[in-house]
Amino acid sequence: MRKHHVSTIINGEPTEFLCEPQLTLLDVLRDELHLTGSKEGCSSGDCGACSVTVDDRLVCSCLMLAVEAEGRNVETIEGMARGQNLHPLQRKFLEHAALQCGFCTPGLLVAAKALLDRNPDPTETEVRYWLAGNLCRCTGYDKVIRAVLDAAAELRAE
Amino acid sequence: MLDYTAPSTVEEAVRILAGAPGIAKVLSGGTDLLVQLRSGRTKPGLIVDIKKIPGISGIRERDGAFVIGASTPGAVIGECEALRRAWPGVVEAANLIGSTQVQGRASLAGNLCNASPAADSVPALIAARATCVIAGPNGRREVPVESIATGPGRTSLGPGEFILEFHLPKRPPRSADAYLRFIPRTEMDIAVVGAAVSLTLDPGGVCTDARIVLGAVAPTAILVPEASAALVGRKLDEAALAGFGEAAQRACKPIDDKRGTIEYRTKVAGVLARRTAMIAYERAGKRR
Repeated sequence: MRKHHVSTIINGEPTEFLCEPQLTLLDVLRDELHLTGSKEGCSSGDCGACSVTVDDRLVCSCLMLAVEAEGRNVETIEGMARGQNLHPLQRKFLEHAALQCGFCTPGLLVAAKALLDRNPDPTETEVRYWLAGNLCRCTGYDKVIRAVLDAAAELRAE
Repeated sequence: MLDYTAPSTVEEAVRILAGAPGIAKVLSGGTDLLVQLRSGRTKPGLIVDIKKIPGISGIRERDGAFVIGASTPGAVIGECEALRRAWPGVVEAANLIGSTQVQGRASLAGNLCNASPAADSVPALIAARATCVIAGPNGRREVPVESIATGPGRTSLGPGEFILEFHLPKRPPRSADAYLRFIPRTEMDIAVVGAAVSLTLDPGGVCTDARIVLGAVAPTAILVPEASAALVGRKLDEAALAGFGEAAQRACKPIDDKRGTIEYRTKVAGVLARRTAMIAYERAGKRR
């Protein structure tokens, strides 16, 4: 099978990889580039555990071919903290205990950041609708929503 | 063996699609195609990514009419203020497809060509009298959106053909549209019934034009001219709405499945059609 050469930017770093055409961006992120923060939950775009942004658009990396990343700017959960300094969303998730098993957490954080980058002052309803494509079977969502609203308030105060 | 190519012109894309020896699939947002690839429901030899074609993604306004590129993601459609003002029903229907993540990629052309009877954007596009421009080996042709889907998963597109763009006409004064979908939860589900209504009123609030399209109650989205006839020449009073809802119900030919029985879908179709008409009527009335 012919492999494709892909040049892309991942978390600010110019990155190149070779991939077979049927591989998803999630496959390459995890298995080739060893960025295993993005999770494979459903592989059908229902659970949001593989959420990343591509040119600042929130997408499921399981629903995008890796070859489509050519020339694009990809941000994953690995790009969220600044060294040892957690992003306010990450801190608030810890403070509010907005996770248990943690499988959905990277996707929720990436999705929540995409929301706050666009809308720094969302209502609770807006947060719930925005995150409707991120499934969590542990928390019941309430703590997640509170963490996002609290992080938004802190970011606005900065 | 699967291969991938991303042509940068319409002509090149047509040539590749028409000349492909096995199954060639057009890739826009991929939110249906990638799921089908993984499940094995489709086994193409070639994927033709059309997103490198200039103008295939984006919205252009021309004298009050709109051109929406085939691959424009739902999120971009939702962010277009002018389109939301002119065609609120088309935009709300497009934005109901999937999650925020799916909206980042899913396109109108994909929703239409996937040919699900429950596709949310399709009834709204048909109610809007939208047309699509198709590129193919014999050049370009422009057809109404309702001529594309011929049954679940089947379209009228010929070999080598793909959709380039959608055209939405200029609105007369006092016109508006609306789309409602019934699902048993608030998000992330597939329509049990969808209803799109587009209306034009005279200065006295009498309907001069009405288009009603139902989704998920037949093998394709269906136009219901009998229901439209129940509104034209009248205001949206109780009697007109009752006749409208009954005509909508009579047009239903749904299946029984896990989302709803035939009886349930038919009843919901009438209720949903009336509610959608009331929203479109209220919106149109505010556009004096």
